[in-house]
Amino acid sequence: MGRIKDEVAIIGMGCTKFGERWDAGTEDLAIEAAYEAFEDAGVVKEDIEACYFSTVMASTIGVSGAIAADSLKLGNIPVIRNENWCASGHIALLEACIAVASGAYDMVMALGVEKLKDTGYPGLGTGRGMHPVYEARRTSPGSFGLIAQRYFQTYGLSVEEGRETLAKIEVKNHDNGSLCPKAHFHNKITVEQVLNAPIIAFPLGLFDCCGNSDGAACAIITSAERAKDFRKDPIYLKGFGIATDPMLPHFRPNFSWASFDSLVTSSQKAYKMAGIKNPREELDLAEVHDCFSITELLIYEDFGFSPRGKAKEDVDSGFFTREGGLPVNIDGGLKCFGHPIGASGLRMTYEVYKQLQGKAELPERQLKNPRLGLAHTFGGPPQLSAVAIFGNEKG
Amino acid sequence: MDKVGIGLFGSYIPVSRLDRGVVAEIWGRASIGGERSVANNDEDCITMAVESSGNCLKGQGREAIEGLFFATTSAPYKEKMNSALIATAIDLKREITTADFAHSLRAATGALKTAFDSVKSGSMRNVIVAAADCRIGYPRSDQEQAFGDGAAAILVSQENVLATFEGSYSICNEMMDVWRNPEDTFVRTWEPRFILGEGYANHMREVVTGILKRHSLEPKDIAKVILPAPDLRSHRSLVQQLGFDLKTQAQDPLLANVGHCGTAHPLLMLVGALEESSPGDTLLLASYADGADAMIFKVTEEIKKERNQRKLKDYLDEKMMLSSYARFLSYKGLVETVPGEPFRLFPSATVSWRDQNSILRCHGSQCKQCGTLTYPIQRICYSCNSKDNFEEVSISDMEGEVFTFTLDNLAGRSDDPVVVQTVAEMGKEKVRFYGMMTDCDPSQVKVGTPVGLTFRRIYDGAGMHNYFWKCRPVKKGGNE
Repeated sequence: MGRIKDEVAIIGMGCTKFGERWDAGTEDLAIEAAYEAFEDAGVVKEDIEACYFSTVMASTIGVSGAIAADSLKLGNIPVIRNENWCASGHIALLEACIAVASGAYDMVMALGVEKLKDTGYPGLGTGRGMHPVYEARRTSPGSFGLIAQRYFQTYGLSVEEGRETLAKIEVKNHDNGSLCPKAHFHNKITVEQVLNAPIIAFPLGLFDCCGNSDGAACAIITSAERAKDFRKDPIYLKGFGIATDPMLPHFRPNFSWASFDSLVTSSQKAYKMAGIKNPREELDLAEVHDCFSITELLIYEDFGFSPRGKAKEDVDSGFFTREGGLPVNIDGGLKCFGHPIGASGLRMTYEVYKQLQGKAELPERQLKNPRLGLAHTFGGPPQLSAVAIFGNEKG
Repeated sequence: MDKVGIGLFGSYIPVSRLDRGVVAEIWGRASIGGERSVANNDEDCITMAVESSGNCLKGQGREAIEGLFFATTSAPYKEKMNSALIATAIDLKREITTADFAHSLRAATGALKTAFDSVKSGSMRNVIVAAADCRIGYPRSDQEQAFGDGAAAILVSQENVLATFEGSYSICNEMMDVWRNPEDTFVRTWEPRFILGEGYANHMREVVTGILKRHSLEPKDIAKVILPAPDLRSHRSLVQQLGFDLKTQAQDPLLANVGHCGTAHPLLMLVGALEESSPGDTLLLASYADGADAMIFKVTEEIKKERNQRKLKDYLDEKMMLSSYARFLSYKGLVETVPGEPFRLFPSATVSWRDQNSILRCHGSQCKQCGTLTYPIQRICYSCNSKDNFEEVSISDMEGEVFTFTLDNLAGRSDDPVVVQTVAEMGKEKVRFYGMMTDCDPSQVKVGTPVGLTFRRIYDGAGMHNYFWKCRPVKKGGNE
């Protein structure tokens, strides 16, 4: 197990307004996020020695890091592009942290940008783009619909019970998002609205699916040792875990469809590195990958927030609301803040960073003295999970 | 060695039917009555030939099969061997003879005669003759109502034959009665009185009379006379003119509830006759197009052997009514509907060729060390990590159950029924298969629904048709 805990710190972050940014191109979004981060850190572009750049929906011929280099005019530094589905932003951030921890660089940036609304269609397309037929009509909602169906079956929930539980998660996320100025959506919703909305991939309806948004987010990383030269409240990396399941779940022998090894493994690795024994008690907030309502429910259990099969009880009791024992997705999550794929991991980290600094935009959404926060993305069919844990104190 | 004859047979009729009254009402015309079969929007003559051939060989090893002939007038490719694709999808070995017979409704009987001659000559021990067709009549025409889609397959062999081939007789007659030009979507015809009287009736009468005479047979010696016909009236009058009894001797022409299935029709009716026949029966088959072919078969004791396959009657009974004429037009490619989500698909001739054992033959890999069976073929075992240590196992005939599913409104085209994404556990090894479900009522799908696999055309891209397997509900422990 690595010795990265408390070795690196985030000293500045930026995040664009998420949403249908018809006004802004990929390069505008990159500039918006990066310059907020530079200013927040009190650094200039020339201080940056390497850029870890995350974007997903780019041409298949290859784009390298040119989008970041061209838009920001990054001069003769390495720009390393990262494409790891929805976990791209997190993995770019973690690679940036590892680079600083290695001593190769003193100061780097991680930048995630995604411009979904230039593609001309509302969804994400389908499949992994790797084969003519195996995943020919595999959509994201479809794949997560398979999980929901099987989760209900496994734990004996009727479709009505299951859908109502999922609806409560989305009501919570919309309530949180309504207080977030940079979020894509600000409307509060009711359980009835969720249940009556059009079905996208049964049993998932419209409100069970996250927004397709444009956005970008950026982090400036330096060594923990130097961090206080830049600001009095740097945020330290406590631990991380990344895991990829060994096969497309759809063809995987004996796969349960009610729990993912990559979710369990990545969170356990991160807890161990951060010295966390009981995440439900010790974490003060978590930003998890709620691409669909069922994903958030599954994560409650695979991350050890709720006992197996008991997440429904915690949802019913409001354990994951702003006022609950472990607030989850208090910025509205992917559902409400939006999900520009390559930017999402960094956006979640942005929320954890601001909360741990006590700097949420509105006092009504600032948690009381949080110390430890988790950010997580889950990518692909799904198959790949990345977890990062941050704290505002060393030790 | 026995006399050459029919070793096995199988039929296929798509599950969808269109009420002819629906078509008639749209055009303000009279209905010709009954209903017609309609290939689903993921079916074509290739997939239907695969169905009927698979049904013909149900429960049989594929190793012993030495050839496949395919007959159609609606091939999806103008240049490319359709029989090679069908032979691969039904998992025949590579060292076989394949040939396409085309361009005429007599192509199937032509292929069948060639098959009998080939086996008799000793050049092949056996050969499957598959025929399938999806012809389209002009909108508002009688043919639009009268045509159906279907397929049939006959294994010609010299071992354990169910019916012996007694002989054939053919007449060639050049005339422009029914035809399609290369650029035509719809079947063209000359004046009905010319094509039905001078063309169909005269030549069918001549060929049937001729073969009876050559074999010194009288109409009363024939148990079933199998006469494909363009319409019920022509069928009835031909049967009566030839001196057969309509009720007891005429094989059901399948016009009221299926429609004329083009090249496949003679074989489809032959399968129907064989399924209802008894040892000792003499069957007379004739088919028409630019002349006529006739054949005589004698049913043997082998016909009594029970076979676990779907019968023509099963196909006739199990049907789903198509909800509208609009959907029919869209399935036939006559009306373009709003395209669905643009999928990031990757059609590639090289990938399709390299992975054909998984994609077309439906082979998975079974680990020789731990026994784990995985689909598609995996070089490193998922369970025990043993490398390149597997046997290929065909899973296309396996039945299983839905493990999980979703009704995906995003994944479809606008003319689709909702797309059922399915993960199924197949066979006793519970191998996981993921794909779409077809021929189903989405509202009836449940975790645990029994399913089988079916070969379908899933999308067109890069100028080619991409075929793959889908799930389909089956009756548990039934004949499917």
